[in-house]
Amino acid sequence: MLAPNFPGRKEDAVRRVSITVNGAEHDLDLDPRELLVYVLRERLGLTGTNVGCDTSSCGACTVLIDGESVKSCTVLGVQADGQEITTIEGLATNGSLHPVQEAFKDTHGLQCGYCTPGFVMATVSLLRETPSPSEEQIRHGLEGNLCRCTGYHNIVRAVQQAAGVGV
Amino acid sequence: MIPAPFDYEVAESVDQAVELLGSRDDAKLLAGGHSLIPLLRLRFARPALLVDIGRMDDLRYVRDAGEQLAIGAMTRHNDLQHNPLVQEHTPILSHTAGLIGDPQVRHRGTIGGSVAHGDPASDLPTVLTALDADLVVRGPGGERTVPAEEFFRGVFETALGPQDVLTEIRIPKLGAAGWTYVKFTRRAQDWATVGVAAVVRRTNGTIDAAAIALTNMGPTPVRARAAEGALKTPDDAAGAANVVAQESDPPTDTSGSADYRRHLATVLARRALEEAISR
Repeated sequence: MLAPNFPGRKEDAVRRVSITVNGAEHDLDLDPRELLVYVLRERLGLTGTNVGCDTSSCGACTVLIDGESVKSCTVLGVQADGQEITTIEGLATNGSLHPVQEAFKDTHGLQCGYCTPGFVMATVSLLRETPSPSEEQIRHGLEGNLCRCTGYHNIVRAVQQAAGVGV
Repeated sequence: MIPAPFDYEVAESVDQAVELLGSRDDAKLLAGGHSLIPLLRLRFARPALLVDIGRMDDLRYVRDAGEQLAIGAMTRHNDLQHNPLVQEHTPILSHTAGLIGDPQVRHRGTIGGSVAHGDPASDLPTVLTALDADLVVRGPGGERTVPAEEFFRGVFETALGPQDVLTEIRIPKLGAAGWTYVKFTRRAQDWATVGVAAVVRRTNGTIDAAAIALTNMGPTPVRARAAEGALKTPDDAAGAANVVAQESDPPTDTSGSADYRRHLATVLARRALEEAISR
């Protein structure tokens, strides 16, 4: 099973882990050096989580582990054993967008869209910790995510709309 | 970018981690992974075995230990930032933890991992050096306590032996002392080009004691003793700042030359001292 594209896979190092992703439990045999983002994208086909910089800088690969934002390029798949992951695919319920997704859509908080899944996940985590953030708290709270198109203006508006503050 | 192959074990206890570290020549501890995984990805680090202690929840705590706070090594930066005991007794630590990386990094990175990594550009080692924190280490010979100032030995070098596990950080409570940590970064999320931690104890307008430590001004956090000694009254901030770089040996790199860093340290130290004195 797996990771056919993984050259030099060390079979005797493989570990079985159990990871819950968007509510579904997956038992996976992982090479410990597989990064969580590649587990999500290549094992589970959840390609909504993007790889941007691959160096922990850009935040495009942001997902939630037990409700908290993390950069999935900087987490080993084996470290997520027993934990609950939420990706962008797990936000909508019964065909309705999550309020944060809705807000990014309404305020056009994106241009090319590549960074957007990471921004949405970082925003969900931010609003869980700080439900009514000031503009400054929003800008600092999204410091771990880079957008090269928007200048952030509409992203901040999207977060304000989702939080129901200052719009 | 994919790390080179390694074996992986989860340690259930500190004793088991010590044992696993001794089982291979090139074994390394994995805590939150936010210093180590970037190095693995770049293949600057190629350990044979990773021993994962990151989910050892009995090392994730903040306890009131009388004169000190005792902080478990697996306590995350985000915990330090928001923990009421840390905010009350060592607010400089909450403040500094909130300046590390970005929220995603703070959700994963741990105080123990940051300290054990021994990166001279990281913030917490400087603050622990200024606070005269004690670091509790367990190894094959049992437990010992190392003062922060003796813990950091060089760039990525600490007092930790190959089988040692840093388990707890003990920090004297600040009481009424004034404090701050300031750092200069060229971009959000960057490592500090220079950082300054300042703690000032005062009685009626005179300064009884000051502790000043610098980030990225040498291979380890630097205690600025000359500047500490020059700070006798609140009016001495600028004069003390002028000698803050005296004991330092700053690097030259893409963020700045050694001379630039000495100048920057002087500017940041004046701001830090003025803030600490007025707090």
